[in-house]
Amino acid sequence: MSGARTRLIALTRKEVRQMLRDRSNLIVGLALPVVLILLFGYGLSFDVTDARIAVVMEDSSAATMNAVAGLAGSDYLSPIWTHSMPEAEALIRAGQADAILRVPAEFTRDLLHGQGHLQLILNGVDSNTAQSIESYATGAIQTALAHISDRQGGPAASASVAIVQRTWFNEAGNSTWFLVPGLIVLVMTLIGAFLTSLLIAREWERGTLESLFVTPARPIEMVLAKLAPYLVIGVIDLTMCLIAAKFVFGVPIRGSLWIIILSSLLYLLVSLALGLVISGVTRNQFAASQMALLASFMPALMLSGFVFDLRNVPVAMQVISNLLPATHFMGLIKTLFMAGDYWPQILRANLTLAAYAVVLVVIATRTLAKKLD
Amino acid sequence: MTAAPVEATALRKSFRDKDLGEITAIDGLSLSVRQGELTALVGPDGAGKTTLMRMFAGLLKPDQGSLHVLGIDVARDPQQVQDRISYMPQRFGLYEDLSVQENLDLYADLHGVPQDQRRDRFARMLEMTDMARFTARPAGKLSGGMKQKLGLACTLVRSPDLLLLDEPSVGVDPLSRRDLWKIVLQLVDDEGLSVIVSTSYMDEAERCAQVHVMHRGRLLATGTPAELREKARGLTFVATPIAGMPARDLQARLIDVPDLVIDAVPQGGNVRFIRRPEADAARLAGLLDGASSASRPEELEDSFMILLREQDQGASPVATDMPPSGAADNGQPVIVVRDLVRKFGDFTAVASTSFQVGRGEIFGLLGPNGAGKTTTFRMLCGLLPATSGQLEVAGRNLRVARAQARARIGYVAQKFALYGNLSVRQNLEFFGGAYGLGGRLLRDRIAQTVRQFDLDPAAQSGLLPAGYKQRLAMATGLLHRPEILFLDEPTSGIDPLARRAFWRRITSLAKGGVTIIVTTHFMEEAEYCDRIAIQDAGEMLAIGTPQQVRELAGDAGARDMNSAFIAIVETARARREAA
Amino acid sequence: MQALLLYIAQTFALIRKEMLALLKDPSSRALLFAPALMQTLLFGYGATYDLTHAPFAVLDQSRSAASVEITARIEGTGVFSRVATLDNASQIAQQIDSGKALLVVVFPADFESRLAAGTESPMQVILDGRNSATSGAAAGQVAAIVAAYNQSLGAGPPVTITRRAWFNPNFESRWNLMPAMIASLSMLQTLMIAALSVAREREQGTFDQLLVTPLTPSQILIGKALPAIFVGLAQSTIIFLIILFWFRIPMAGSVWLLYGGLLTFTVAAVGIGLSISAVSLSMQQAMLYTFMLVMPLMLLSGLLTPVRNMPHVLQVVTYLNPLRFGIDIVRRVYLEGAGFADVAPNFLPLVAVAAVTLPLAAWLFRNRLG
Repeated sequence: MSGARTRLIALTRKEVRQMLRDRSNLIVGLALPVVLILLFGYGLSFDVTDARIAVVMEDSSAATMNAVAGLAGSDYLSPIWTHSMPEAEALIRAGQADAILRVPAEFTRDLLHGQGHLQLILNGVDSNTAQSIESYATGAIQTALAHISDRQGGPAASASVAIVQRTWFNEAGNSTWFLVPGLIVLVMTLIGAFLTSLLIAREWERGTLESLFVTPARPIEMVLAKLAPYLVIGVIDLTMCLIAAKFVFGVPIRGSLWIIILSSLLYLLVSLALGLVISGVTRNQFAASQMALLASFMPALMLSGFVFDLRNVPVAMQVISNLLPATHFMGLIKTLFMAGDYWPQILRANLTLAAYAVVLVVIATRTLAKKLD
Repeated sequence: MTAAPVEATALRKSFRDKDLGEITAIDGLSLSVRQGELTALVGPDGAGKTTLMRMFAGLLKPDQGSLHVLGIDVARDPQQVQDRISYMPQRFGLYEDLSVQENLDLYADLHGVPQDQRRDRFARMLEMTDMARFTARPAGKLSGGMKQKLGLACTLVRSPDLLLLDEPSVGVDPLSRRDLWKIVLQLVDDEGLSVIVSTSYMDEAERCAQVHVMHRGRLLATGTPAELREKARGLTFVATPIAGMPARDLQARLIDVPDLVIDAVPQGGNVRFIRRPEADAARLAGLLDGASSASRPEELEDSFMILLREQDQGASPVATDMPPSGAADNGQPVIVVRDLVRKFGDFTAVASTSFQVGRGEIFGLLGPNGAGKTTTFRMLCGLLPATSGQLEVAGRNLRVARAQARARIGYVAQKFALYGNLSVRQNLEFFGGAYGLGGRLLRDRIAQTVRQFDLDPAAQSGLLPAGYKQRLAMATGLLHRPEILFLDEPTSGIDPLARRAFWRRITSLAKGGVTIIVTTHFMEEAEYCDRIAIQDAGEMLAIGTPQQVRELAGDAGARDMNSAFIAIVETARARREAA
Repeated sequence: MQALLLYIAQTFALIRKEMLALLKDPSSRALLFAPALMQTLLFGYGATYDLTHAPFAVLDQSRSAASVEITARIEGTGVFSRVATLDNASQIAQQIDSGKALLVVVFPADFESRLAAGTESPMQVILDGRNSATSGAAAGQVAAIVAAYNQSLGAGPPVTITRRAWFNPNFESRWNLMPAMIASLSMLQTLMIAALSVAREREQGTFDQLLVTPLTPSQILIGKALPAIFVGLAQSTIIFLIILFWFRIPMAGSVWLLYGGLLTFTVAAVGIGLSISAVSLSMQQAMLYTFMLVMPLMLLSGLLTPVRNMPHVLQVVTYLNPLRFGIDIVRRVYLEGAGFADVAPNFLPLVAVAAVTLPLAAWLFRNRLG
C-alpha cells in the first residue's frame, strides 16, 4: 500500500512540475479566467442602454412634442431627430439607428378625435434588443401622455388591470447576476477542456508512456496524478470567481458557500476527467484539442442553459442538453447563487455529477490500460 | 526464482494495416532465455525485434502461443511482470521538461526504491553515466547520447529480475556507447542480471552469451557468438588495393558482384570481404584485379551477413545508376567555412571552425553527441544564422541567398522529417513540386527514384521500417539532383544490410560529382569518406583523410577508426580538463 | 513569366500537400466537417431566447370571469403553457424554486370586484429571475396581453403605437444568432488549423526540411493559408446551407457580397492563426494560445450580447476583433440585405488585421529561432 502512495506522490509531483514549467499552462489556467471574469462582469450585458431611435416628425405640433418628449427622458433611449422617412431609413441601413418612431402628419388631428396613431419600426435582427426598445419606447410615450392627461385634468383611472410585477432572485433584471454564476461553469469547463485534454495525448506522442507502462505504476494512479494539480488550479480559479462575484460585481450569494464550493469541485472533477478521456481516446494532440473545444466548451457555452433558457427549447434538445454535465451544474449554481439552498436540486445535480465523475475516471483509466495495440 | 527469464513457444503476432491488410510481425517464434546471462536479439529492420520486446514487457498480447516471463504468463498478468522487470524502449520516454535528477527520482519512486539504497544507486549511476555534473539540467537539453544514458540510468534505478533493452545504442556516439555497455556488463557481473538486448551493432552482440538472429518474425539462428561465427569460417578475407586506388572503389567493385562476394566493407585503407563458398577462384582473382588478399579471422558480423544474404537471395542489387550532378567542375571548393562560431546564450555550440570541401568529395563530420555537428549542418543549410565567421555553400551564404540557391542542395535531417501521414509518392510529389519540378519530368524522376531506392510508392511514410524511411529521406533529398547533399546521421538505427546499400549509393553519387557532407556514429563508415573531421565540444580536433586521422591517433588508431576516434576525443578532453 | 509560373507551381505543390494532410484520412475529414454540421443543428434548436411553451402557474383567488379570461388569453398566445393551478400562496415558492414554472400569475380575491368598481385592479406576476433575459421577455409578453385586455375594456390609451419589425418580423432570436454562426463556428476551427499548421511541422521536424527547399516565406505563407481558408469557407458554406434550407431563414442580400465578407474575414482569422503558429514552439503552446484568444474574440464579438451594450472602453477594443466585423457583415447582408456601401466600413478593420498578421507570420517562419 505504501508503494501505491509513493508512486502516487511521485507521479503527482511529476505532473505538477510539468504543469509549472510550461508557462502557457499557467496563462490558460490562471490568466484566462481573470480575463473571462472581467469580460463577463463588464463586457457582456443584455441590458440595453442608449438605444438609438430615429424620430421622424412629420407633424411638429406642441402635442406631438409633448408625446415624444418622453423618449429623451428615458435612460435607455437616445433619440435622433430626423425630418423624413428616407433619412431615418438610411440611418437604419447604416446601422446607426435601431428603431424609427414615425409621427404621422395627421397625428395631432387624430389625437383630438381621441385616437392618435404612432408607428414604431424596429430593426428586428437582434430580437432581444428590438423587444427591449419596443417596451422602453412604448412605456416612455405612455407615461408622457399620462402626464399630459393628468395635468389637463383628464378622466381618473378607469376600470383596468394593473400588473404588479415581482421578479424573484433578480429584481432589477440585471444580466450580470446570471452571467457571473454561469462564468464559474465556463471556467471549470475550460480548465478540463484546455489543460487536461492534452495530457495523455502528449505522452503518447512523445513516447513517454511506453517507459512508464513497464513500471509498477497502475493506470488509476496515473489518472489521479494527472487530475490533482489541475484540481488545485481549479480551486484557485473558483476562489477568484467567487471573490469577483461577491465583491466586484455584487452578485448575491444566497445559498451556502460550502455547497457552492463542494458542488463546484465535483463538477471540476467531471470536467477534468472528461478532458483526460478525450486525451486518452484520441492519443493525438491535434484531434484532442479539436474534440475538447467542440465537445466540452462550446456545448457548455451554448447548450447548458447558460444564456439560452432550456425551457425555451424543443424537448429533444432538452434531452440532449441534459446529457451534458455542464447543464446540471449550470442549473444548480444559478439556484445556489440567486435563490438559495434548494435541496432537491442540490441532491439531484450532485448525484448526477458524481455518477459522471466515476464513469469518466473509469474510462480515463481504461485508456491508460498498459497496451500498445 | 528458478523460472527462466523468458520462455516463449510458437509465438505469433500480427497487426492489421488498413492499406496492406494483415502484417505478420512474429511468425511462430520459440525461444528461451537463460538466467544471469546477456542475450542479444539481432536482425534486420522489420525482423520483429521491437514487437517481441514489447510482448516480453506485457505491452502487446500474443495472438497465439505461450509466453512466460519470470515464470509468469504475461498475457494473463502483465502487471506482475512489469513490477519485476525493467524495460528501455527504443525511444526512452524521458520527460524532457524535468531535470535529470527529477527523472531519476520519478522512476526510483515508481519502482519503490527505498531512500537508503537510493543514494548509493544514484551516485553509482551518475558516475557510470558521467552525468553527475548535469543533474539539474532539463532532460530535453541533453545531447542524444546523454539522453540515452539517462534513459538507461532511469531503467536501472533498481536491479530488476530481467532487463530489456531495445536498441539502446541507436544514435549514440562511440564514447557513450562504450560507457553504456560498461554499465550493463558491470551489472551483469555484479548482480547476475538477466539482460535481453536488441541491437544492430554486431560488436555488441559479440559480447553476449547467447545471440538470436531474427528475420521476418522468425529465428534464423541461435547460439553463442563462437557457434555462430563458425558459419563464416574460411570465407573471410581482407584485400589491399593497389597503390593509388581508394579502398572504397575496390569495395564497390567487390560488392557489386553478389555471386562471388557476399559482403565487402572498407576498413583501415583495406577492404574486408566475404567470398561465396562456391565462388570461382579465377573469377574472384580477376575481380580483385591485382589487389592482394589475405584471409582474416571471421567475426560475428560476417556470419550475420551470410545469414541475411541467404534470406534475401532474390533481392536485386543496389541500383547504382545514380544521377550525375549537373554542375561543371571548376576546381573551386564547393563549401568554404572560415572561423565559424555559433553561440546559444553563453553556450558555445560551434567554436571557430574552418574547413573546405571540394566538388565530388565525401566529407565526414564525426564527433560525440552534442559536439556541434548538427548545429554546423543547420548553419550550412541556412536554417540557423551564424554568430560570426564566414560560410559559403556553392559560393553563397544560404541564409541570405535567394530562394533558388537552395535548390542546389539536398538535406536529409537526423530525425525522419518527412510527412508521416502521406504516402511515399505524395511525399516525393510534394518535395519535387517544392523544388519546381512538374509534369512529365516529375513523373519520370519519381518513377526512376522509386525504382532506384526500391520503394513502394503507395506505402504510408510514417509506417515504413527505419531503413526504408532513411531511403525515402535520401530519395527525397536527391529528387532535384542537388550538387551538394547534406546527410545528418543517415545510418543511425538501420541494419548493416541497409547501411551497405546506402553507402553504395553514396559512393556512386560522389563519382557522379555530387558533393556529400555526412555525419555518422558508425566509425567504420568514416572509411568511405575522402576526408573526415572530428569535432568535440564545438571544436575541430582533427581533419584529413581517414588514413591521416588514424595516424594522428597514433597506436590506438592503427587498429580501426573507432579506436582512433575515441583516442583523439579523449586526448583532447584530457587536455581541456588540464587547461 | 517563367518565374511566375514556377512560383505558382511550387506554391501549388505545398497547397496540395497541406490539403492532403488535412483531408487524407476519413477521421480527419470528419473532424473538419461533422462538427460544423452538428453544432449548427444543435445550436439552431438549442440557442434561442424565444419563449415557447414557457411554463406558468396560476393562483386564482378570485375565481372570476375576468381572471379566467386573462388566464385564457395568456394560454392562448401559444407562448405560455400552464403547468400548475395553485390553491394557496404557499405553493408559489416551490413552483418557482424548482424551476417548474417560469412565472406565477396571482389574481387576488378582490380582483373582479375592483374592476367592477371601475378602479385599477392589481394582478401579481411573479417571475423566476435567475435568467433575466427570459424573465424580461416573459414580463413583456404578459404586459402586452394585459394591455390588450385593458383595450377591450375600453380603457385603452389615447395613443396607439403600431409596431413593425423590419428584417425579422416575428422577432425570432434564431434569425439573429444563426447567421452569426456562419462566421463564428467556422472561425473556431480555422484559427486552430492555422495555429497548428506550422507548430505541428516544427514539433515533427518537417519544418526544417521545408525551409531548405527553394520555397520563399511568401510561398509557405500562401501554401499554409489557402487550405485553412478553404476549410473555413467550406464550413461556412455548410452552416449557410443548413440555415437557408433547414431552418429556412430567408436570405435577403447578395450571396457574392456574403462570400466576399466571409473571405476577407477568414483571411484575417487565418492571419492571426498563422502568427500564433509561427510564434509557438510546440503544438501545445499553439493550442493554448489559440484558446486564450478565442474566448475574448467570441465574447466581444456581439455573438451573444450586442457590442453596443458593452462599456465604451471594451467597444474600442472590439475594433481589433475580426469576428465582430465578420458577424456584422454576415448578419446585415443575410438579414437586412445590406449592399456593399452599407457594410464597406466593416471591411477596413478586417483588411488591416490581415495586412499586419500575414506578413508578420511569414517573417516569423524564418526568423523564429527554435
